[in-house]
Amino acid sequence: MRPRRGGGGAVILAPLVWLVAFVLAPVAIVAKISLSESALAQPPYRPVFAWTTDLDAWRAVLGGLRLDAFATLLGDPLYLRAGLASLAMAAVATGLLALLGYPLALALARAPRRSRPILVALVLVPFWTSLLIRTYAWIAILKPDGLLNAALLHLGLVARPLAILDTDAAVLIGLVYAYLPFMVLPLYAVLVDRDDDLLDAARDLGASPLGAFWTVTAPLSLPGLAAGALLCFIPITGEFVIPDLLGGAGTPMLGRVVWSEFFANRDWPVAAALSLVATLVLIGPILLVRAVADRRPGRVA
Amino acid sequence: MRRGRFTGFNGVALGLGLLFLWAPLALVVLYSFNESRLVTLWGGWSLRWYGALAGNAALLDAAFVSLKVALGAATLATILGTLAALALARRGRFAGRTAFSALLLAPMVMPEVVLGLSLLLLFVALGLDRGLLTVILAHATVAIPFVAAIVGARLARFDRDLERAAADLGASPAVAIGTVTLPVAAPAIAAAFLLAFTLSFDDLVIASFASGPGATTLPMRIYSSVRLGVAPDVNAAATLMITVVILGVGGSLLLARRR
Repeated sequence: MRPRRGGGGAVILAPLVWLVAFVLAPVAIVAKISLSESALAQPPYRPVFAWTTDLDAWRAVLGGLRLDAFATLLGDPLYLRAGLASLAMAAVATGLLALLGYPLALALARAPRRSRPILVALVLVPFWTSLLIRTYAWIAILKPDGLLNAALLHLGLVARPLAILDTDAAVLIGLVYAYLPFMVLPLYAVLVDRDDDLLDAARDLGASPLGAFWTVTAPLSLPGLAAGALLCFIPITGEFVIPDLLGGAGTPMLGRVVWSEFFANRDWPVAAALSLVATLVLIGPILLVRAVADRRPGRVA
Repeated sequence: MRRGRFTGFNGVALGLGLLFLWAPLALVVLYSFNESRLVTLWGGWSLRWYGALAGNAALLDAAFVSLKVALGAATLATILGTLAALALARRGRFAGRTAFSALLLAPMVMPEVVLGLSLLLLFVALGLDRGLLTVILAHATVAIPFVAAIVGARLARFDRDLERAAADLGASPAVAIGTVTLPVAAPAIAAAFLLAFTLSFDDLVIASFASGPGATTLPMRIYSSVRLGVAPDVNAAATLMITVVILGVGGSLLLARRR
């Protein structure tokens, strides 16, 4: 590679400074506040330290760190339950997404070549529509006097309106709806590159179409399935809008708990500690995988 | 298709899948033209709720705030994300590359609630009054990774020889990037701008944390009225938002496809 020095430094400087200021620094502040004591003040926490070079001051700071917020997290079963509920909800939703997304991705990948870009755009556009609007649309469908119940009553399938809104079922419907493109697109990306020669070989060797699917297509699509599952599972665990609007009080997912700790209870240290734990549990594995992949020059992604 | 057995299955899967994705949106649009207030009752075609929307000053103010925020955030994110993509594409394996790309990825993978909370705590620590500016800063931060990914994908397929030719002809790296690289990447940059705009225009969670009095965005306003129940003029506002997104995403897809 020819040397091209000048300019490169300036190019990276601006985004680097921005990311340090607005991603790294905020996370550091969250860590700091999670170690503070909550206080009835504005802002509602007691600052842990001010910057100083005095060694004694630092010693005092270390002695003044409070693990209260983390103790609260461990002590009150609400938080553990919210964490487990979020993980369980994300797992079930991701499973449903895989079941529904796979046939759709397969159908997209096997559609005539010329209509594929349009079909992909048709999957993509709802995904870019406001999550709030998409969730709101489901309220009108699922509520007791909503469209679904009106249709079911009209058809005589139920005698009384079903209570779907404000239940876990409504949250699952909303989650599957909102995240379907996240599952479909990575699957489509691997399925569209299918190897016709391998499928032909499988067929020549006597495999039925279903057999060829199980022995050739399915194993080759596993990376896409893994990518889709990751893209769904992580954000669903921290999801706020869908459980808040479609779920009832009995669906205390992590995003909602952080939100209400912060906005309703105004307990900033606990909100910060919960954020920190959730982020480490969710993001840690991804960053680790990426760091390892980045170090191996031969491997992409 | 060679394997006819699957065609019927594929058609059904496609039809049901697209119906599932589009029906709720279609219902919102349909009911924005419904004379009746109830979703289960069709009262005939009407522009009544658009009239109500036009008279809803709070909602219109919020829409104007969202527009300003989205323009500002998308501009900032496009500049910074493009620079980040250039840095990653052009500098090869520089020291700290892994750390830089992890930092770039972080806003994309952090839970929204966590990102919003941490940005808010930063603004409080800095003593920055929350308002239009803080929402713009927060939204720009959220959108930078998306811009970098889109522009980076274009740069990865770009013929480096063009840049080398420019350098051989005596252009400095900055001039080579300005005259060769950026024009080639322009469609991707424009697409990235539109997506950054859409991300900002649609966001509820980050804005709720980063915003202050006097800077209520459209999603924040809609959220508070949706919490109180289905409001027909929200259908009208939603229809307008869906239209904006379809135009924006359609435009960006067209731009990105132009090679």
